[in-house]
Amino acid sequence: MKLYDILEETYFALSANKGRSALTILGIVIGISSVIAMLAIGQGAQSSINSSVQAIGSNLIIIMPGAQRGPGMFVSGGRGTAKSLTLDDASAIAAEVSNVKAIAPEVSGRYQVTAKGQNTNTQIIGTVPAYTGVRNVTIDSGSFITDQNNQSSAKVAVIGPTVRDDLFGTGADPVGQMIKINKMEFKIVGMTKTKGGSGMGSQDDMIFIPISTAQKYLSGNEYVSTISVTAASSETSKTVQADVTQLLLSRHHISDPTLADFSTLNQADIAATASNIAQIFTILLGSVAGISLVVGGIGIMNMMLTNVTERTREIGLRKAIGAKRGDISSQFLSEAVALTFAGGIIGVALGWSVSYGINYFGLIQTSVSLFSILLAFGVAAAIGIVFGYYPAYRAARLNPIEALRFE
Amino acid sequence: MIELQNITKVYKLGTQDLQALRGVSFKIEDGEFVAIMGPSGSGKSTLMHILGALDTPTSGTYLLDGKDVSTLSEDDLAGIRQDKIGFVFQAFNLLPRATVLRNVMLPLVYDSVSRQDREKRARESLLAAGLDEEHFLHLSNQLSGGQIQRVAIARALVNNPALILADEPTGNLDTVTGEIVLGTFQKLNREKGRTIIIITHEHDVAEHADRIIYIRDGQITSDTPTHNKK
Ligand SMILES: Nc1ncnc2c1ncn2[C@@H]1O[C@H](COP(=O)(O)OP(=O)(O)OP(=O)(O)O)[C@@H](O)[C@H]1O
Ligand SMILES: [Mg+2]
Repeated sequence: MKLYDILEETYFALSANKGRSALTILGIVIGISSVIAMLAIGQGAQSSINSSVQAIGSNLIIIMPGAQRGPGMFVSGGRGTAKSLTLDDASAIAAEVSNVKAIAPEVSGRYQVTAKGQNTNTQIIGTVPAYTGVRNVTIDSGSFITDQNNQSSAKVAVIGPTVRDDLFGTGADPVGQMIKINKMEFKIVGMTKTKGGSGMGSQDDMIFIPISTAQKYLSGNEYVSTISVTAASSETSKTVQADVTQLLLSRHHISDPTLADFSTLNQADIAATASNIAQIFTILLGSVAGISLVVGGIGIMNMMLTNVTERTREIGLRKAIGAKRGDISSQFLSEAVALTFAGGIIGVALGWSVSYGINYFGLIQTSVSLFSILLAFGVAAAIGIVFGYYPAYRAARLNPIEALRFE
Repeated sequence: MIELQNITKVYKLGTQDLQALRGVSFKIEDGEFVAIMGPSGSGKSTLMHILGALDTPTSGTYLLDGKDVSTLSEDDLAGIRQDKIGFVFQAFNLLPRATVLRNVMLPLVYDSVSRQDREKRARESLLAAGLDEEHFLHLSNQLSGGQIQRVAIARALVNNPALILADEPTGNLDTVTGEIVLGTFQKLNREKGRTIIIITHEHDVAEHADRIIYIRDGQITSDTPTHNKK
């Protein structure tokens, strides 16, 4: 029997039972497309997490007031509320720790902001000029906070693009306008460039003011809520972190490091944790999708077994007129493989479109990898062969007369 | 040449054994036209299946052209069916949802005959079996009983078998069509020297053959040349 004839027989057999073939293909389509889409979402999430970790600055070490977080102890030290870090600590770090490229202390809090009747509630960050370098903030129009602003505790503000959209409308130029933060008038001197990201903690939904102004008029005390330090290089960031810890412990007169009244976070650690979480997420999604792929495969086996039973007389007839075992088994195997391949191709196309759609509507940045396509397709092909083999084998072994007598 | 030596066939039905054939022996020379007769359940179809290499006997020897068929593997039997035997089943067994032409071409598919040849040979043998060309593209479930029978015969002829076995080929046909079908067999027998064995219940039909074998309870009761051959 020639390959072309096998394919033709396969076509006849599958099209004779269109509804059932379509449902079987659907099972595989759902399996494969969900594997591809899930892996694309997972990998997309992973790379977007990585890039947002990069976006907060590079070689960054963040020092926060509050208790050290031990491993497995997810107790918030009350960030921003605990009072242990001061501007003097920041100056001491700048002066005494080597390999520090830049340092930016900040005082942050959420306040009501109004302008021309519009109002919003947003994150106000009091900081110093070095912040732009440390946190990768770039200015779109106007200028950032200057040292002079800090010396004079000027009531000037630099706003993020989201705040501009909320208060003045999209596309408006806010520079030179006045806003009220906590009922005090501030003059807008600049606006930052958009960084993307959304929800709480978006770097676009912030207002920057001089740190001295923030301490004087908003927080009312001398403490800072975060000190961000940029190490000179990624190699030195670990030592800088250790040196900073050492310095602050001695400045705060604490001998036991476990009792520290501040905590430090290294960007590399944040990145590692985040990508770990994303990876677990990917594996989880992938295995759920994998299960549906196996279910699809069992659907194929079920259809093929029903097929063999239903077509017993046909098998008997084919054998009676000269079909060998191999002819019968290759015909049934080819039916199973054809179903999985059809399902595979449609599934890859669908999975791709779903990932593209998710991307297009901006839900999450997805990336379809060649690996996931090969994986899904390989699994589908394996399913077709493995789940198709048994029914094909059963069909081939039937005795022609027994098969012809089958009711 | 066909030679059966003491062929038996036992069907196991639960604990009981059913002796469908109890020691059948005969010889059929190449080019003979033989009719097998006997009451229902006497073992005619069982004998035919063994002759057609579709089934193997429980004991005894079946020599087809000098080769012992009873010991061959399943795939070798399939090869013999493909090369030497054309079988018309008692229950015609056409592929449902397939056209007449495709049904008749099917044996050639397994014989790796080229596509053009397949269709040509299928058309020839359909015409030889007496089916009008207008039915060639009908589906097998759109045919009358007699038409189905002729398709089944055409399928048996398509691989030019030396041995044609037909299990009640005229059972569903009126006398006129029955005569046409029997004429086809006689022509194949006389002009092409094919060996033909048919099973029938009717003496009229049996008398088209050269020789009539009677079988009863799985045993041959008589084996005689036809007296008034038609
Ligand atoms: N596969 C089988 N399993 C069990 N018994 C069978 C089988 N095939 C045939 N038999 C039995 O063997 C006996 C002979 O059957 P067979 O089909 O050869 O009869 P037949 O002579 O062709 O009858 P008919 O003229 O009605 O076609 C019957 O009793 C039948 O019930
Ligand atoms: Mg019978």
